[in-house]
Amino acid sequence: MNPFDWLSELLARFQDEHILVQRGSAIALAPAHLLGIDPEDWGRAAQTAAAYDCRWAGIWAEERGETLQVNAVLVRNGDHLVLRTAIPAGAPRLDSHTPYFPGADRMERHLRDLFGVDFSDHPDPRRWSRHNRWPEEAHPLRKSFAADQAPLPPQPEEDYAFIPVQGAGAYEIPVGPVHAGIIEPGHFRFLAVGETVLNLEERFGYTHKGIEKIAEGRDAFGLARLAGRVCGDTTVHHAWAACMAMERAARLAPPPRAVALRALLAERERIANHLGDIGAICNDVGFAFAQYQFSRLRELWQRDSAACFGHRLMMDAVIPGGVAADPDTPQLQRLRDGNARLRQELPGLYPILDDHPSLEDRLVTTGVLAPETARRLGVLGYMAKASGIDIDLRRDHPYAPYDHLPVATPLFSAGDVAARMKVRMEEILHSLELLDKLLDELPPGEVQRDWRAPAADSEGLGLVEGWRGEILTYVRFGSDGRVARFFPRDPSWFNWPALEQLIHGNIVPDFPVCNKSVNGSYSGQDL
Amino acid sequence: MLRILNKIRKTSIVTEPRPTTGEAALDEISERLREGVARRFRGSLAIRAVDAGSCNGCELEIHALNNSFYDVERFGIHFVASPRHADLLLITGPATVHMETALLRTYAATPDPKLVVAVGDCAACGGEFGCSYASRGGIANVLPVDAVIKGCPPTPQALMEGLLEALEKPRR
Ligand code: SF4
Repeated sequence: MNPFDWLSELLARFQDEHILVQRGSAIALAPAHLLGIDPEDWGRAAQTAAAYDCRWAGIWAEERGETLQVNAVLVRNGDHLVLRTAIPAGAPRLDSHTPYFPGADRMERHLRDLFGVDFSDHPDPRRWSRHNRWPEEAHPLRKSFAADQAPLPPQPEEDYAFIPVQGAGAYEIPVGPVHAGIIEPGHFRFLAVGETVLNLEERFGYTHKGIEKIAEGRDAFGLARLAGRVCGDTTVHHAWAACMAMERAARLAPPPRAVALRALLAERERIANHLGDIGAICNDVGFAFAQYQFSRLRELWQRDSAACFGHRLMMDAVIPGGVAADPDTPQLQRLRDGNARLRQELPGLYPILDDHPSLEDRLVTTGVLAPETARRLGVLGYMAKASGIDIDLRRDHPYAPYDHLPVATPLFSAGDVAARMKVRMEEILHSLELLDKLLDELPPGEVQRDWRAPAADSEGLGLVEGWRGEILTYVRFGSDGRVARFFPRDPSWFNWPALEQLIHGNIVPDFPVCNKSVNGSYSGQDL
Repeated sequence: MLRILNKIRKTSIVTEPRPTTGEAALDEISERLREGVARRFRGSLAIRAVDAGSCNGCELEIHALNNSFYDVERFGIHFVASPRHADLLLITGPATVHMETALLRTYAATPDPKLVVAVGDCAACGGEFGCSYASRGGIANVLPVDAVIKGCPPTPQALMEGLLEALEKPRR
């Protein structure tokens, strides 16, 4: 199958629907294709794409003079198609994509809150990223809104309309934003009868740090640092996606050794998070043995990262034009030894997790995400792979260095907590193989190319398979090499809504383990 | 079950007896932490962690305090589920405007006398996020802070040192 050989079929269907395609480009946002369409056709284009089994992967906007440029991304077979349209900035209105792609819900509300776009037919009129700290008619990503505009005074947010309790014996449990564990803040509103969850609503935005706004005007290195803090557990992948977008905009290819080292950092990040979360999932059902073992392995792994890349989470290791650290021979040996340690210990630990009856009892059939629901919501990463959806950018649309690496991916169909944990257990083994190969074949040479700022208006799209799933990052430069627009789309946008679905019919005490098995990023989606 | 016991036996105790890093002696910090907790909190220091808009990096390292290498429970330090049970609030993030109300309420719910420790560059001064329409630019702009632990994120050892500093400081 060649890339984009499905596009002609979609275009034919657009034509049948009288959807006006204005212009296309295969290079402006390569490897994605760009397609300009009329704002009147915005909704019908999504409808047609949904009928053609496309996946919906994100939406962002940018104020450009008198117009608001809006972009949405459709994916098929790992190929990304960017739909672009322009609407008047004074009265921005567009058809909603949510009726055809439910996963578009929150991101459209984000756009409504931050840009004031009015999405007709959007099923949910409630705000999302906005809380009650800035006025209803103020939209932070508009040019007229100052980045340092003072907020309204703090007061409890009591006007967000959760679905009300109905029926005898049903009751509400509000949880958060401050949670019981050492985790990020967010609010969960349960409707329960007895111990059974009837409904769950998430209310996020508490960690909204204005990332998109404060990105404006940064230079490339400043943006990479910020991208590395969109969500700290994914610092390598987010920095990589941002640098990839900037390098594509600047038509600059990092040297081969840097590209290999980026993958090495990325696979290390995947393993670190999987190790930590496997332990935490087991701990949430009271199996502390696994927590101690896996957190021990994670600690050793992090120490190796610190010794070889100068930071336990490998923050700021990926920089525009390459990577910041070039491990020497003893450091590379330390990384190899780390791989060997996991290879030696995991075969002893995995069977314990596989056959432990109390684990099986709590994890199997808990929090089931049916494949149809997963597909409808457009979930990504291990959430998808545990629910029978076989997607992985490293394999489907490989970027360097994965175009030269054999990427194997696990696939399960049960969609329960156990399946999500299994995906992660297997991914660790696959990543170890990639790491060994990367270390064995590490190309010689420099690790950074001199950054040169691209011309004003250059834009680029970064696409990497993070440990939670696909990350899509858009960057456009303004003048003087300063960033004009940055939008990093974390996979959590799609994985969080799945938690609301998979918890149905489970008992309230199983919520922590269900939540842990999803492990969405709050910071990554609150921006 | 045998496999589990076997693994535990083979793993043995990994809790650090001696510093393995070139930084300040972990065992010395440990000893002083134990004494500090004993002196000021009669051997039991209850911490409530509050994320006031962090990127989650700081949380990962706070978690590490509980792994078997650092194992701060052995000094009587434990993380509690409610601010009402806490002696100390360990706060991360730049104090996002959206978390401000919850932060103030959490502080109010924590019984006096209480200590507030700001963790990470964000909590110290806003860090990479600074001060903006969405960020208050540090915990001290919202609450009185007793000690600050710098780093992005601070290492577990830096966290232990910072907690120690908070304990050894004269009472506010
Ligand atoms: S200090 Fe660094 S690691 Fe901690 S929350 Fe801020 S950006 Fe994240």
